[in-house]
Amino acid sequence: MTELYLLLILMILGAIIALEARDLLSAIISLGIVGFGLVLAFLVLQAPDLAIVQIVVETLSLIILIAAILKTSKEDTTEVFGWKKACLWTGGLIFLVIFMVYINQAFKLLPEFGFPIMRMAGHYLELGLEKTGAANLVAGVILDFRGYDTLGEATVLFTAVMGVIVVLRKIGRIK
Amino acid sequence: MKGMTLIVKTISKLIAGLIFLYGIYVVLHGHLTPGGGFAGGIIIAGAFVLLVLAEGSDEFSTEVKKWRASLFESLGIFIFWFLAMLGVFGGTFFFLNLLSKGRPFRLLSAGIILPCNIGIGIEVGGALFAIFITLAVLKGKGD
Amino acid sequence: MIYLLCALLLLIGLYGVLVKRNLIKIIIGLSIMEYAIFLFFAVIGYREGGTAPIITKGFEKAIFVDPLPQALVLTAIVIGLAVTALLVAIAVRIYEKHGTFDIREIKRLKG
Repeated sequence: MTELYLLLILMILGAIIALEARDLLSAIISLGIVGFGLVLAFLVLQAPDLAIVQIVVETLSLIILIAAILKTSKEDTTEVFGWKKACLWTGGLIFLVIFMVYINQAFKLLPEFGFPIMRMAGHYLELGLEKTGAANLVAGVILDFRGYDTLGEATVLFTAVMGVIVVLRKIGRIK
Repeated sequence: MKGMTLIVKTISKLIAGLIFLYGIYVVLHGHLTPGGGFAGGIIIAGAFVLLVLAEGSDEFSTEVKKWRASLFESLGIFIFWFLAMLGVFGGTFFFLNLLSKGRPFRLLSAGIILPCNIGIGIEVGGALFAIFITLAVLKGKGD
Repeated sequence: MIYLLCALLLLIGLYGVLVKRNLIKIIIGLSIMEYAIFLFFAVIGYREGGTAPIITKGFEKAIFVDPLPQALVLTAIVIGLAVTALLVAIAVRIYEKHGTFDIREIKRLKG
């Protein structure tokens, strides 16, 4: 899976640039690199349903972020200098090394990459077509076997949109 | 924000209809090919976003559009809840797949999955268009 | 080895949320953390030599990848978009009231 490793390295580089860029527009476009790299990773991992949803969600998320930038400031003017930055980077590197050591111990307990334990999924794959009648097994899982999760997700989306409309009303401008 | 040039406006009026049709196709074939309610709903919202971006937001009133988009969003989630409650009205469990399963690989199969996809598509399309209208037509600091 | 690179992406996002002082950079860091988690779930579900879990005519008995993590990630992607939109709305409101995105300047209560 060398293409998967290359895509992951591209995503990590894009993420570092997205956080360290001074101009906010460049940072948001680098976030777009991470998102579209994720689309290619989903296609390599044989998940076309996720790739379609991620590509449209990424486009809309970039539109929303850029629309917020254009109305407000365009540059990140906050930065630390001097000894504070050195302390921050040293502490960060020590935390990174300790975290990686411990999470390597935890990842050794997971099944090997490419051979998952499919206890419930074997049952869904064999009996999915005759129990739900859907040829797309992922749609059958999210709307028939696990329909409550989809109901909860629709409710969360509805609540978030209500929150956006309420927060950005014209009434209540202080100052 | 100002609108774009005449060429962009003409082309976007032609293409927005095609994008809307493609979104409806992705929603309706959610149980046969990859896609489904969420991806198709966002594509439907994308067609309207294209029209708003090409025309510019100075020229139409956004209050009416926001009210109509949230009407579609509420309608969508009401359809989804009603289909889930069909089981309770019939006397059995909540969210039971009780329409006929049909023959596989056809459009009218898979019981309750097709109307649920339509409901979710309407809801997600209305929700994302409402978010875009609210965020993108604010009065910025230069207006 | 793939899992370690996913954990590295998660840590980069965590650095963005904790250390950066601009609100938009904090939102970008949260989005990067979400992408790392989606990638981790998709990697867990992969099966050697498998294809996408969609049954077509004539291929009813092929080897499929795991459809359960894909269902979880499908829900999570849309919820991530909703949370990002709400955060951006609140950030725009904060900018209208205080004039800056710096989180050190907005800590004082008025009145």
